[in-house]
Amino acid sequence: MTRKLALRTFALGYLAAILVGPLVLVFYRAFEHGFGEAWSAVTTPPALHAFELTLLITAIAVPANTIFGVLCALAVVRHPFRGKGLLNAVVDLPMALSPVVVGLSLFLLYGRTGWFGSWFLARGIQILFALPSMILATVFVSLPFVVREVVPVLREIGTDQEQAAATLGASRLQTFFRITLPALRWAIAYGVVLTTARSLGEYGAVSVVSGRVAGKTATATLFVEDRYQSFDIVGAYAASVVLALMAVSVLLAMNLLRRKEDAL
Amino acid sequence: MGITVRYVTKRFGDYTALDDISLSVPSGSLMALLGPSGSGKSTLLRVIAGLERPDSGDVLISGEDATELDPRKRGVGFVFQHYAAFKHMTVWDNVAFGLKIRRRPKAEIRKRVAELLELVQLDPFAQRYPSQLSGGQRQRMALARALAVEPRVLLLDEPFGALDARVRAELRTWLRRLHEEVQVTTVFVTHDQHEAMDVAGHVAVMNHGRIEQVGAPRELYEYPSSAFVMGFVGPASKVAGAWVRPHDLELSLEPSDGALAATIERIVHLGFEVRIELSIQDGEAALVQITCDDLSRLELKRGDSVWVLPRRSRAFAEA
Repeated sequence: MTRKLALRTFALGYLAAILVGPLVLVFYRAFEHGFGEAWSAVTTPPALHAFELTLLITAIAVPANTIFGVLCALAVVRHPFRGKGLLNAVVDLPMALSPVVVGLSLFLLYGRTGWFGSWFLARGIQILFALPSMILATVFVSLPFVVREVVPVLREIGTDQEQAAATLGASRLQTFFRITLPALRWAIAYGVVLTTARSLGEYGAVSVVSGRVAGKTATATLFVEDRYQSFDIVGAYAASVVLALMAVSVLLAMNLLRRKEDAL
Repeated sequence: MGITVRYVTKRFGDYTALDDISLSVPSGSLMALLGPSGSGKSTLLRVIAGLERPDSGDVLISGEDATELDPRKRGVGFVFQHYAAFKHMTVWDNVAFGLKIRRRPKAEIRKRVAELLELVQLDPFAQRYPSQLSGGQRQRMALARALAVEPRVLLLDEPFGALDARVRAELRTWLRRLHEEVQVTTVFVTHDQHEAMDVAGHVAVMNHGRIEQVGAPRELYEYPSSAFVMGFVGPASKVAGAWVRPHDLELSLEPSDGALAATIERIVHLGFEVRIELSIQDGEAALVQITCDDLSRLELKRGDSVWVLPRRSRAFAEA
């Protein structure tokens, strides 16, 4: 009994110190001088632009990685091919690599003298210090989540249902949309939530490739950093609160999905 | 016409699952593919369904060459051992799936699904999900789903394998009645000889990717063509170089012409029947089956010496 209590105290204490404490402090500091001040700090044009940019990048990265993730999982699980192991390992790369390294490698590829950079530059397309590189960086770092959620579920459901659908007259496409996709829906939803959270919070890679021009290439996380460096403490914390609220709503969505899944 | 399989061979790597198999299933009949695991029976069923492609040979369904045909165009109903229920659909939607794919009119789908659910006695469960059904109910749902598209042949892969003994027995009887009612050419795979003999009109016994013998249950039991069939369709012991069924061995306390001396190792009471395990003079083990009345008449107990006389036995050329 005492051991159970000790374990619980330790776990909760750890969570409070590491997770809850800092978060509470962020909220406290943001509203220290009243709600009005915080509100005006996050509604300045650069702030609004930063949130818009973050949402835009997320809105592109998430669908891209969802479609890629499902197709990649199908390839790995259903259609064994040469180099499958390699693909499987490469998918995990963004988890292992530091985002800063990702940013630097994009910098090398798309820079003025990079392999792809010169090609695009010759055609007047700006990749670095502009939206395209920020999207690329975000897609890169949030790539594994859908794949990793879908692969085990795809393995678990096996091929029986798909084969049954085939004997009942369904084409491959019909089988995919009516049988496989619905069976994967919770895994995909879970993966989408994780991808979204990761995209919203991305800092390192985007920070390297964006050039961090306030009001132009500053995402929400970069905006927070910028405010902090400029001693605009209220602005930094208020923007952090907005980011935290976005993340919390994503987490809530995830929990709701989970509960629905358990009920089924 | 039914199903005709001609010279089908199927290999998985070095392993030969089907070795030059030919089989014909008469139209409207109910046939069991019986064999131990690894004998190729499931592979043969999947080849008929088009879920596996044979390396060589042909499959004809209703006289039509189906070897190159996609499973969805073969007109087969397939029932899987683990039901393959569409978990995200209700029972009703599961059964309606094939009809919806075929874009049948809504009224027709409603009528047909209702009929089928009644046939498999699942009409009260139409709006439930498969996870809310028992194993036996799920398998009946899978059967209704397969029958909905009016298949030319119905194929069942160990359909009762995942169910407990009582439900199995119930579903066997039920499948036999269903077949009498629907009269669709049916092939089912099983490793249980009781199940095969109980349900099927014809049984094909398989071993090592080959068909050992095809025949009616009684034919297989009484006139097996090999030692394997003899041993697989019922208990048998080897006594003095020939195979004999337990009920064809006569026990007595006195020696007689041709009788062998034996010792009783164990007596197993199975109700009306009693199984006696013997060891015969040179160490061979044999099973004898007698009634419990005979047992009390002979007053046998463990360790007794008895005489055993084979009434009827079969010798096979060693393979």
